[in-house]
Amino acid sequence: MSINRRQFLKLAGASTVLGLGGATVLNGLKREGLEASQISPDPRALNAKRWGLVIDVSKLKTDEDYQRCIDACHNIHNVPDHGNKKDEVKWIWKDNYEHTFPTTTEDEFMNHEYKEKNFLLLCNHCAQPACVRVCPTKATFKRKDGIVMQDMHRCIGCRFCMAACPFGARSFNYRDPRPKIKIENKAFPTRMIGVVEKCTLCYERIAIGEPPKCAEVSNGAIVFGDLEDPNSEIRKIMAEKFTIRRKPELGTFPSIYYVIGGKENA
Amino acid sequence: MYNSGKIIAGLIVFVALFTFPFYYNLGKANARPEPKTDTPAIQEYAAKYGKKECVESKEFMRGEHMQLLNQWRDSVVRDGNRIYVNSAGRSFTISLQNTCMNCHSNKKDFCDQCHNYMAVKPYCWSCHIQPKENKS
Repeated sequence: MSINRRQFLKLAGASTVLGLGGATVLNGLKREGLEASQISPDPRALNAKRWGLVIDVSKLKTDEDYQRCIDACHNIHNVPDHGNKKDEVKWIWKDNYEHTFPTTTEDEFMNHEYKEKNFLLLCNHCAQPACVRVCPTKATFKRKDGIVMQDMHRCIGCRFCMAACPFGARSFNYRDPRPKIKIENKAFPTRMIGVVEKCTLCYERIAIGEPPKCAEVSNGAIVFGDLEDPNSEIRKIMAEKFTIRRKPELGTFPSIYYVIGGKENA
Repeated sequence: MYNSGKIIAGLIVFVALFTFPFYYNLGKANARPEPKTDTPAIQEYAAKYGKKECVESKEFMRGEHMQLLNQWRDSVVRDGNRIYVNSAGRSFTISLQNTCMNCHSNKKDFCDQCHNYMAVKPYCWSCHIQPKENKS
């Protein structure tokens, strides 16, 4: 018995479609069924489309107000204190107007109080983060809720992200951080030598329904919320007051907004 | 065969040297790893529920804990999902430091037992804080 060319092609085509299609569908069903049923989000977790902060610097009056936020963050996240600027690791820090808004127009007649005031700085959790674009291992990535996160297991310490970040939000562990941690938080991991770290907007606290630590201890100077939700507290503040972001002209769309405030206006 | 004496003698010496490690270690088995599950937290659990059990069966954990931990890591870090529902339907918070090591607070007598035996060096502890132990 022999088959002609047309019959052969029909048979080959049909068996290919059946074979390939059948296997793919079966595998897909099997894998999805297993993974989907086993791991789920915590019901307490806070959800948002894009997390952000509004920092009202007029409510940060003394150096203690700044230090309280900085210490609270660094203590719960096992951030080491090397005691020198060169090896410094920082998640949240303060700096003056000129360094915070270097590209904004300033002039000799500007309010001196604000010209000399310190600003609380941290990772801006940009909507278009430069650090995420340059990371060769996808160790730093953008979460669905807007947080720019890092997977420390993947970081190879190339420091491209540090070069890319226009806000200086990233620190490299030039030295072993373990011995330099003042108060060890047993519930949170440390980092190892040779990785880059930064603020994670307290993803571990958001996951159990708590706001970021700096917002919690700031006495209302830092407000945490969903930028995409028009009814959120931070959107209401932004509707009432004039807010600015750091280096908006770079197009990274920071999610940290500053209220400069004033005596009784704005 | 030329030089047969030298060649055969050389071969005997070679075979003797080559198989020396096998003869030397014959009958001397290395101590079996014996991971201990007698920490206070586990004993408390056993007293309460009448048995010792991990998030999955002993056999599964023994063979697959590395894959499970990798999966846990990716789900927490990448997706932010922190609840694991085991095959019996019970939920656990996914956390190496806070869930695993809460029960297995004896890293030296538990983790290290098999890891040293198998000469594997997982890098968990370069970042994750291991429980304080008194024994050296």
